[in-house]
Amino acid sequence: MEAIILQVLNGLDKGSAYALIALGLTLIFGTLGVVNFAHGALFMIGAFCAVTLSRIISISRTIIDDSQTDFLGNPLKVDVPYVYDWFGQATGDVIIDWAVPLSILFAIPIMVAIGVAIERGLIKHFYKRPHADQILVTFGLAIVLQEIIKYFYGANPIPTPAPDAFRGSFDFGAAFGFDPNVIIYPYWRLVYFSFAAVIIASVFAFLQFTTFGMVVRAGMADRETVQLLGINIDRRFTLMFGMAAAVAGLAGVMYTPINSPNYHMGMDFLVLSFVVVVVGGMGSLPGAVLAGFLLGILESFASMREVLTILPGLNQIIIYLVAIIILLTRPRGLMGRKGVMED
Amino acid sequence: MSKINLTRRSVLQTGAATGAGLALPTYLSAASHSGFTNAPTGDTVTLGFNVPQTGPYADEGADELRAYKLAVDHLNGGGDGGLMNTFSSKALQGNGILGKKVEFVTGDTQTKSDAARASARSMIEKDGAVMITGGSSSGVAVAVQALCQEAGIIFMAGLTHSNDTTGKDKKANGFRHFFNSYMSGAALAPILADNYGKDRKAYHLTADYNWGYTTEEAVRTSTEAMGWETVAAVKTPLTQTDFSSYIAPVLQSGADVLVLNHYGGNMVNSLTNAVQFGLREKQVNGKNFEIIVPLYSRLMAKGAGANVKGIFGSANWHWSLQDEGSKAFVKSFGTKYGFPPSQAAHTTYVQTLLYADAVERAGSFNPCAVGEALSDFQFDGMGNGPTLYRGADHQCFKDVLVVKGKENPTSEFDLLEIVEITPTSQVTYDASIFGGELGACNPGA
Repeated sequence: MEAIILQVLNGLDKGSAYALIALGLTLIFGTLGVVNFAHGALFMIGAFCAVTLSRIISISRTIIDDSQTDFLGNPLKVDVPYVYDWFGQATGDVIIDWAVPLSILFAIPIMVAIGVAIERGLIKHFYKRPHADQILVTFGLAIVLQEIIKYFYGANPIPTPAPDAFRGSFDFGAAFGFDPNVIIYPYWRLVYFSFAAVIIASVFAFLQFTTFGMVVRAGMADRETVQLLGINIDRRFTLMFGMAAAVAGLAGVMYTPINSPNYHMGMDFLVLSFVVVVVGGMGSLPGAVLAGFLLGILESFASMREVLTILPGLNQIIIYLVAIIILLTRPRGLMGRKGVMED
Repeated sequence: MSKINLTRRSVLQTGAATGAGLALPTYLSAASHSGFTNAPTGDTVTLGFNVPQTGPYADEGADELRAYKLAVDHLNGGGDGGLMNTFSSKALQGNGILGKKVEFVTGDTQTKSDAARASARSMIEKDGAVMITGGSSSGVAVAVQALCQEAGIIFMAGLTHSNDTTGKDKKANGFRHFFNSYMSGAALAPILADNYGKDRKAYHLTADYNWGYTTEEAVRTSTEAMGWETVAAVKTPLTQTDFSSYIAPVLQSGADVLVLNHYGGNMVNSLTNAVQFGLREKQVNGKNFEIIVPLYSRLMAKGAGANVKGIFGSANWHWSLQDEGSKAFVKSFGTKYGFPPSQAAHTTYVQTLLYADAVERAGSFNPCAVGEALSDFQFDGMGNGPTLYRGADHQCFKDVLVVKGKENPTSEFDLLEIVEITPTSQVTYDASIFGGELGACNPGA
């Protein structure tokens, strides 16, 4: 029982990341009809927004400490962050410690701007081209973006820890009557899951309860009629691309304490996220979210030692296996709509 | 019609004469500058540096390339001479190799065996490289070593830690300065027993490829020999990024030690995940839960950040060593590049100098002559104490470092502290235990 609870918990945070990326992918596909293979790169850029803000906050002046020497035997150069000078060391330490949560505010405008720039500068030229062309150009863009990041930040992972307040793990076992130390779950992963839930709820609420969202939904259903009503739907769809980029970016920002970001992290999620979208049903936002969590939890179960002993390697194919089964039994995915990508 | 009488004696005599006749050209060519692949004919000689310039180990590859450039500079008489000043052999004079100016070409292994072989082949066939060196992966090292054997080129391995490189996959034309999994296990076990006791239950997470297997086997064998029990060993895919589903069951297993047989991004992520799960704050079986990383790299430790604090592992070399060789190399490298070298930089620099020195002592670039000069060569002053390039498997035997993540680092490079310098005798093993055959040296053309 404990093992099952544990793997469900593990699947939730992995599923959160899949769901957030798949949500953005579906938003772009549903509005613009574009298959965006650069979406993983947007997740990665979001993570590097956290790295960048962390570095900006830590910008320092250098002082010479004659009491210590560096590796060449010269007096040691010690970096003193400017935030110490401005706010005092105690407050400065707190600001540096909370760099990742603060990066949410930093990343939103940047990701929206990047999303709009990509859509206006590149994607719009491929609206009427076949999906294969869209995939090629967006995949190429993803490679360009990750090489740019590697050029500036290097190939090694960059540690970007969570605030001290969220270090360590919560003992579910001790709290709910099981043996202590058996069902433990890191605090930050709980934060990540909660954050993902808030973002997903916000996107749905935005589309459901605002005029802007209503117009976008109308445009997704019948673009030409909305345009005939005199509404500039293209502009709204461009903003939706920016919003989808921001969702992917925020997923990346909050993921940095879970795994140290590196330039390749977007690619690690990209293919799986596409499988999530297909399993959920192309163009279906609830389907993307449902499939994200479902596949995250299944992947987690397939990684159990007991399962791997019987079926070695199952964890590496489980998602694709489930995708095959679902597509054979429900060709449009779990919640796919008729007519989407069927022409 | 003539009749040929074959007797045992005549067959032996004919065989011996034929063998001697066939061996003569090889022997003669070993002392000359012709009769082997890419024999240098002008006043320059080209070395091929095959390192990961793209892909996940690109930073390590960049450090290797810096070291190679520094070595070439020193071989040609530039800079402060670096380790040439402390090297026990005095054959190198700073006038190139055998009077020929050293030039180099570079290739990108991408940490993929096929790409590494393609770039090595290009450097051999198009650029005329007389020696290939580099790499940051055992898979790449074994693949390129086999290629060099076929091509008649000396391969001086870079960072490769699997037993197989100089074990079952060893080749006569291949040489490794870096230590291996067996040595890591042998060096670590006594330190682990001293610090954590002899009654421990270990849980291994092992990267699902060649290096992972040999490292797990080495650490298991060494720790079980001193009384530890292995409760589980789970293979993890090389492409895994989130290890939570592998780490969560560790505490349920009753283990009180987690051994992460991971390297590179795998190590960074699995260690980060394990620390996030709070394993190091847990008490199991009445003992503090501990984590071990058998192979440390400073560049990887940087990626894991504060998570490495207090965690034991092993290393081939570290810039904080205080012997004359290490100090000379750190000074040379640090002055040129502004930061201390990694162990990948050290081993590749040393390999380049060892090759050049062997050529000088052999008086020839012929790979068979060079191989002979390197085999059973004993030297000192290169940063690892007295070292033997064992002829039986072309593996270097030298002191091995047991290191620990530093609690209070003073800089971004000051991440590991040396806990123990394990003497060579403790990490030496019989060359036959890993199988494989060196085979005959191949001079190529």
